[in-house]
Amino acid sequence: MEIVLALGIGVLTASGVWLVLRPRTFQVVLGLSLMSYAVNLFIYTMGRLRVDAPAIVGRDAAPDPAAYADPLPQALVLTAIVISFAMTALLLVVLLVSRGLTGNDHVDGDEP
Amino acid sequence: MTGVDGLLLSILVLPFAGSILAAFLPTAARNAAALLSGAVALAGLILVALLYPAVADGTAVRGEIAWMPSLGLSLVIRLDGLSWLFSTLVLGIGALVVLYARYYMSPEDPVPRFFSFLLAFTGSMLGLVLSGNLVQLAFFWELTSLFSFLLIGYWHHNRAARDSARMALLTTAGGGLCLFAGVLLLGNIVGSYDLDRVLAAGDLIRSSGLYGPALALILIGAFTKSAQFPFHFWLPKAMAAPTPVSAYLHSATMVKAGIFVLIRLWPVLSQTDEWYVLVSSAGLLTLLVGAWAAIFQQDLKGLLAYSTISHLGLITLLLGLGSPLAAVAAIFHVVNHATFKASLFMAAGIIDHETGTRDLRRLSGLYRFMPITATLAMIAAAAMAGVPLLNGFLSKEMFLSESLQRHSGTVIDQALPVLATLASAFAVLYSVRFIHQTFFGPPPTELARTPGEAPRWMRVPIEILVLACLLVGIIPAMTIGPVLSSAVRSVLGDATPSYSLAIWHGFTWPMLMSLAALVLGTIAYLRFGKMLNRTEGAPLLRRFHTRRIFDGALAFTASAARVLERRLGTRRLQPQLRLLLFVAIAAGLLPVMRHGYSLGGMEGTVVDPGFAVIWAVGGACALGAAWRAKYHRLTALVLMGGAGLVSCISFVWLSAPDLALTQLLVETVTTVLLLLGLRWLPQRSAALAPAKGAAFPFRRAVDAAIAVAAGLGLGLLAYAALTRAPPADAVSRFYMERAYPDAGGTNVVNVILVDFRSFDTLGEITVLAIVALTVFALLRRFRPAPESLGLPAQQRLQNAYDDAQSGREVGDTLVDYLMIPRVLMEWLFPFIVALALYLWVRGHDMPGGGFIAGVTMATALILQYMAAGTRSVEARLRVQPVRWIGIGLLLAVLTGAAALIVGRPFLTTYFSYLDLPLFGRVPAASALLFDLGVFVLVVGATALMLIAIAHQSIRKPLSRAGES
Repeated sequence: MEIVLALGIGVLTASGVWLVLRPRTFQVVLGLSLMSYAVNLFIYTMGRLRVDAPAIVGRDAAPDPAAYADPLPQALVLTAIVISFAMTALLLVVLLVSRGLTGNDHVDGDEP
Repeated sequence: MTGVDGLLLSILVLPFAGSILAAFLPTAARNAAALLSGAVALAGLILVALLYPAVADGTAVRGEIAWMPSLGLSLVIRLDGLSWLFSTLVLGIGALVVLYARYYMSPEDPVPRFFSFLLAFTGSMLGLVLSGNLVQLAFFWELTSLFSFLLIGYWHHNRAARDSARMALLTTAGGGLCLFAGVLLLGNIVGSYDLDRVLAAGDLIRSSGLYGPALALILIGAFTKSAQFPFHFWLPKAMAAPTPVSAYLHSATMVKAGIFVLIRLWPVLSQTDEWYVLVSSAGLLTLLVGAWAAIFQQDLKGLLAYSTISHLGLITLLLGLGSPLAAVAAIFHVVNHATFKASLFMAAGIIDHETGTRDLRRLSGLYRFMPITATLAMIAAAAMAGVPLLNGFLSKEMFLSESLQRHSGTVIDQALPVLATLASAFAVLYSVRFIHQTFFGPPPTELARTPGEAPRWMRVPIEILVLACLLVGIIPAMTIGPVLSSAVRSVLGDATPSYSLAIWHGFTWPMLMSLAALVLGTIAYLRFGKMLNRTEGAPLLRRFHTRRIFDGALAFTASAARVLERRLGTRRLQPQLRLLLFVAIAAGLLPVMRHGYSLGGMEGTVVDPGFAVIWAVGGACALGAAWRAKYHRLTALVLMGGAGLVSCISFVWLSAPDLALTQLLVETVTTVLLLLGLRWLPQRSAALAPAKGAAFPFRRAVDAAIAVAAGLGLGLLAYAALTRAPPADAVSRFYMERAYPDAGGTNVVNVILVDFRSFDTLGEITVLAIVALTVFALLRRFRPAPESLGLPAQQRLQNAYDDAQSGREVGDTLVDYLMIPRVLMEWLFPFIVALALYLWVRGHDMPGGGFIAGVTMATALILQYMAAGTRSVEARLRVQPVRWIGIGLLLAVLTGAAALIVGRPFLTTYFSYLDLPLFGRVPAASALLFDLGVFVLVVGATALMLIAIAHQSIRKPLSRAGES
């Protein structure tokens, strides 16, 4: 699984970076979204991969941390997902407003 | 905190509290603001007076509040004789200036703002003189510069006021930075910023190799603030401020701050050749230049400003001489100058007020219109000229007798008696000119109105100050004596010399020099007085414009910065992003270059073919999105959604159910959001694309290389991490073990969010709220491009069809559109709401929680909008997302604050389990309430953003030229 996920992260990052460097605002929005997928997965991988071991502990005995997926990167990523949504929304609105004000959708507000 | 600590702290806090209060008064509340400010100044004065017995013998009282003890930084309030004297000056003259300003300021001006700045300045100045820590002193120093800037620029509609304010700020705050660097060096030498320790380390400081740089930096600070040559140029320009400000800041208090620091550090910095040469020559030059320039001023306030510069030079010179007696004279002259100069400024303000001009050439014979003001001004001007029986005479006498002493045997020493007499003669000349030109001679002819006496209470401050000049001048030992003595003792300690404050020492040399100055000055006025009215600017100084040099330097800095920005910077986004990515890749590459790339030996999980297939699809989606995003936005959006879905499935597969849920919901909402936005983007197709430049393929190749490098780098990094065993003692261990016992939750991810790290979550939801409000605010003034104003193609087709068919109204098709999904979506509403609540409640123990529940709820709302259309939803359902945001944030904060009531830190949680009928045992942690806040806020924020964009389609578009 590791190699597959690493490859996936690589492809997502490359597509995202490529789009972020494009001149059209919509491309940049999509690029940032793809990059945030990649980065979220990357942060998640710092807790290593576990199958069928969600971090939901039992009530009775003291849990063995090694038996569960690492909850900390998950908590970080959860907030990151929400924040990246907020960022996408803000960026979208900024580009819409910029499009309305400048008449074009170039990232610099004017055609080169 | 002891009683003295409390007193000291309240002296410092009162003015700032008053300032904040005054800022909130209504614009027209002139009397209330003046009353408040006067009360604050008087209260401060009483507090300071109460503390006098503690400092009368030259010792200091300290109050200390630890701030960052590990760095040696504490708020130290230290009151000794010197700071007592300065505090009394600041508060006493402050109170008088408030009374004066009440009558001076026009009701049309926003007067509470003026008083608010004035009080804040008072507080900063008190903070400066009461500092027991050098860093704190530098901080309050900069605050005084800042409030001086605001006060000079008070009439900000006036360009000259703005320019002068900026010049004063740049000069004094720039000097303040030098002072800061200087005191840091001092602290470095001594090993502490505490004033008492620094004052005790004089020999260490003077013998240190850093003494030179520290002295130079501190002197630059002091000279800029106290308008010493060649940094004096800002002070005459600062006369653009309202006259109470000139009287208070620019003659009595703020310009003395530099002097204050020189006196404060005099015991440790003086007694060296460097000190003597630098300080006394700067003082001497300033004394002469200021007095010479003052003679040739045609503006009343300009004359007073240059005279202030000259007197400040005199004090600096005295400090530079380095003898204890000279230091006594310096401290004495600070007080005397403050009293007579403040009253003169106030008199000048009255003249300006009554005649409408400050031009000496247009003023004449005002004595007959305002005899009282004229008499007061004459006494104050006589004090300035150094006429016997007035306070100015006493300190000037001390100065003249010091000038006769041998200090170093240099040229300065030999020339000093002559130059001192000359400067005194200049002072007599400009004082006589000030009085004679204004009050005597024929009645003025060119005035717009007939002048008269100022209101009774406007003269009171001048009367009090002039009375002080007289009392100190006639019975010095009984009035200023004890106070001066404790101030001097606090600075000089055992080195305090014996001095006499008597007004008559017999026919001594200083007396003769004083007489010579009086005679010379008067003769010069009689001989050249008329000529002065015809000259423009001071001869000899006319060519030497420090002000112009300053402006030139400023312009040069600005243009140099512009050139640099043009050469090295860019305003285009793409090069910036390229640079950023390049640096990021390089930063990632650097450790690999140094340590090499290796894989760990951990046995990984077995590759599931299903997972590989899913990621093949996911990767293809990502690449497809990248490829199609320019001309096929909808396709690209769908493909991006595919990639998002694959990462969501990965989370499910890899034991992260909370992430999967969040990702899925956020994915949905993001897609809806982007779909709503698509409508406002310009049409674009490959056929219409303009021709590409020659550099186009090259740029694409570079971007592709960056993209591949970034992808490769992050992929390899992730793989390298994944093949290594996780550290055994990671923080997560703590969270796993303590989640249930300490927080009563079994879903550790949620427990981290709402309990262990709930402060982070609070910050995060605040960000979310701010973003939502920003989106809302930006869209309120949104102006779409003209070509996206019309109806979308689909609606046009539908309407055309309706139009063409008989028996159909326009809009009928739209109503029927997606009828069955619509009914389904409407019926789903209660179920989704129930689901959202369920997700929230179970969040602590099972996958779910406030974020997930919130986005779910927002989805329910947006489904209604999609199904029924904006108008019909809002006819039935009043969603007020802004309120949801507010309530959510309040709920989260209040839940956190509830812990404070039982004496626990903010956001401490409490939990227990409740047995409810039907539901069984449910967790009842206060974290659940916090999570409810998160839930409500997320609903509000998400809904606000979506609804704000959705509304753009139905609102009447704003015209591009302006709003209706």
